[in-house]
Amino acid sequence: MSVNIAVNSKRPVNLDLRTIKLPVTAWTSIAHRISGIIMFIAIAFMLWLLDVSLDSESGFEQAQSILQHPLAKLVTWGVLSALLYHLIAGVRHLVMDAGVGEGLESGKRGSQVVIVISVIVIVLLGVWIW
Amino acid sequence: MVTNVTNLSRSGLYDWMAQRVSAVVLALYTLFLLGYLVFNPGLGYEEWRGLFSQNWMRIFSLLTLVALSAHAWVGMWTISTDYLTPMALGKWATTVRFLFQAVCGLAMFVFFVWGVQILWGI
Repeated sequence: MSVNIAVNSKRPVNLDLRTIKLPVTAWTSIAHRISGIIMFIAIAFMLWLLDVSLDSESGFEQAQSILQHPLAKLVTWGVLSALLYHLIAGVRHLVMDAGVGEGLESGKRGSQVVIVISVIVIVLLGVWIW
Repeated sequence: MVTNVTNLSRSGLYDWMAQRVSAVVLALYTLFLLGYLVFNPGLGYEEWRGLFSQNWMRIFSLLTLVALSAHAWVGMWTISTDYLTPMALGKWATTVRFLFQAVCGLAMFVFFVWGVQILWGI
């Protein structure tokens, strides 16, 4: 029961995230959570857009013209960036669940790979939107 | 008090599993729909409506809505239990966390019903 020894030991434990220097794995983890919250809020926007676009011919055109607005393009880029980052970081979780990339060094590499792939995909997404 | 009474399945292991299975469904739906939009640049209303009128697409979309509901709940629950703690909020933490979870649950239920109305209103 090595876990219990660690829990019961008298060593001081600091779990206050604001005072810890965070490694790259922590940043990708926090970004995964923030992107999740962004999407949760964005569900309303996406459902509304789907509703309008499927309602009628004029609704479809209305949805199209809304998406042409510069601000809407920026929001769409932001929401889809969150979605794709969340997806890519999520795939890394599934890979780690399979027992790959769980170590200290391989974990850091995994996080770096997630960042590199995400940046490429998000830039391509921007090219597609504009 | 029993602090994990609010989680989805009363079991961390089932929640973990539900999050993974729903994640795969959500990833497939995301890639399908984004791919569809990327490869149909001049998409028109009839084609768009036609896609969502297909029975398999309704099933796929409803499955995604169910997966989204479970996935979003597990995710928001995890975040709320990690950050809305007595360390961050003091003695009102449990009340604040419970209210936050209630708002998330209610919002997700509204999204689910709205989504069903959209899918079956076509």
